[in-house]
Amino acid sequence: MTAAFRPIAFVLNGASKSVRVHPLKRLLDVLREECGLTGTKEGCGEGECGACTVIVNGQAVNACLVPVAQLAGAKVMTIEGLKGRHRLQRAFAEFGGAQCGICTPGMILAAVALGPHPTLEQVRTGLAGNICRCTGYEGIYRAIRKSEDSVARRSRPAGRLAKAGRQKTGDRRRKT
Amino acid sequence: MRTAISPLALRQPRSLRDALRMLRDEGPLTPLAGCTDVYVGLNFGTLRDQRFLNIWGLDDLRGIVVGGDVIRIGALTTFAEVIGSPLVRRRLPMLVAASREIGAVQIQNRGTLGGNIANGSPAGDTLPVLAAAEALVELRSIDWTRKVPFVDFYTGYRASVRRPDELITAVEFPRVGGAQWFRKVGTRAAQSISKVVMAGVRSEHPRIAFGSVAPTVVRVRRTEDALASGATLAEAQRILQEEISPIDDIRSTAAYRRHVAANLLAHFWTDTR
Repeated sequence: MTAAFRPIAFVLNGASKSVRVHPLKRLLDVLREECGLTGTKEGCGEGECGACTVIVNGQAVNACLVPVAQLAGAKVMTIEGLKGRHRLQRAFAEFGGAQCGICTPGMILAAVALGPHPTLEQVRTGLAGNICRCTGYEGIYRAIRKSEDSVARRSRPAGRLAKAGRQKTGDRRRKT
Repeated sequence: MRTAISPLALRQPRSLRDALRMLRDEGPLTPLAGCTDVYVGLNFGTLRDQRFLNIWGLDDLRGIVVGGDVIRIGALTTFAEVIGSPLVRRRLPMLVAASREIGAVQIQNRGTLGGNIANGSPAGDTLPVLAAAEALVELRSIDWTRKVPFVDFYTGYRASVRRPDELITAVEFPRVGGAQWFRKVGTRAAQSISKVVMAGVRSEHPRIAFGSVAPTVVRVRRTEDALASGATLAEAQRILQEEISPIDDIRSTAAYRRHVAANLLAHFWTDTR
């Protein structure tokens, strides 16, 4: 069955990858099923929520709207490509940027695609296609802004900041 | 994904010529560009097509070039590329404004100008801009190339003059004189489909087009004529109501759309004074 399909080769998180699947299979499904990378989440499946955001050739895209046939030769980066060590991953954990976690991989990759030193306005616009139903977004914006702020990170103990982050999101949750 | 992809077929041309030959000899084939509408249509069962043509790799159809007074934008040019073009920002700020309000970054990185036209939604965000700019749509088949005024492109709801063996290859914009204006009214700044969308050019004879108020995007020529001949804004708003035919649907009501369309006309007229 799969032998009927021609191989499609691309670069996934820095390593060559080749898959033999239906050419209209969604990148999202190829990542989760063929590549075993389940960090990319399916939310709406129609490009509204951003949970499946990955970076293709440097640009954030919805993996639920990309047929794998259009990836031949492309460079794809998923949340696994950050190896858990990216400054944004640490900041999301520390500053209350993540609660249930479904939107988090997409949020982080959308933020990575913004490049260094985005203004708050650029963050708001760049993440407008990523929906979060837990945090009210302020924790996410704070995490992205704080991840830039290496001076602040050095001058305050991480534990105290993490506590402050939880406190703030806790307040927010009680309001809703 | 709710749609089984196994019955679907994809043809993969290596060149524009290859694609045009496939459209003629192996059609009907539905061209696939950024796919931002295609998967939604497949999921909802509104897109019944089963045979597709992958044109995403045809780089001849990308890019923005200027020749004399004409800006030519390739059909596969993405909204992100439109937004990032200093030339388009300078000469067609209303097209940049419309592109910024399409979906969000992820959609702008994949959605294309040609795709917005081909999809033919009456709510397509760039379509009132193309109408007000008096753009030309370039259609190519293996045997000919023709340019159709955008205002003559649609023949009805999601229906156009494009023949099944033709591909939308580019859009050409003549120089636009006068202030440009664009406004989309939806539920949210990002990711929403418009309730009403309007583009206007304040030239000697104003050019005004609306989306989401009729089966296709509409140039409201009698409203334009009224304003050009010195009618009051109230009179123009009254004529506008005769030229639009909005409906109640999931996003809004006919009455609200009529009210907002009249307000947008007023904003345009005062903002560009």
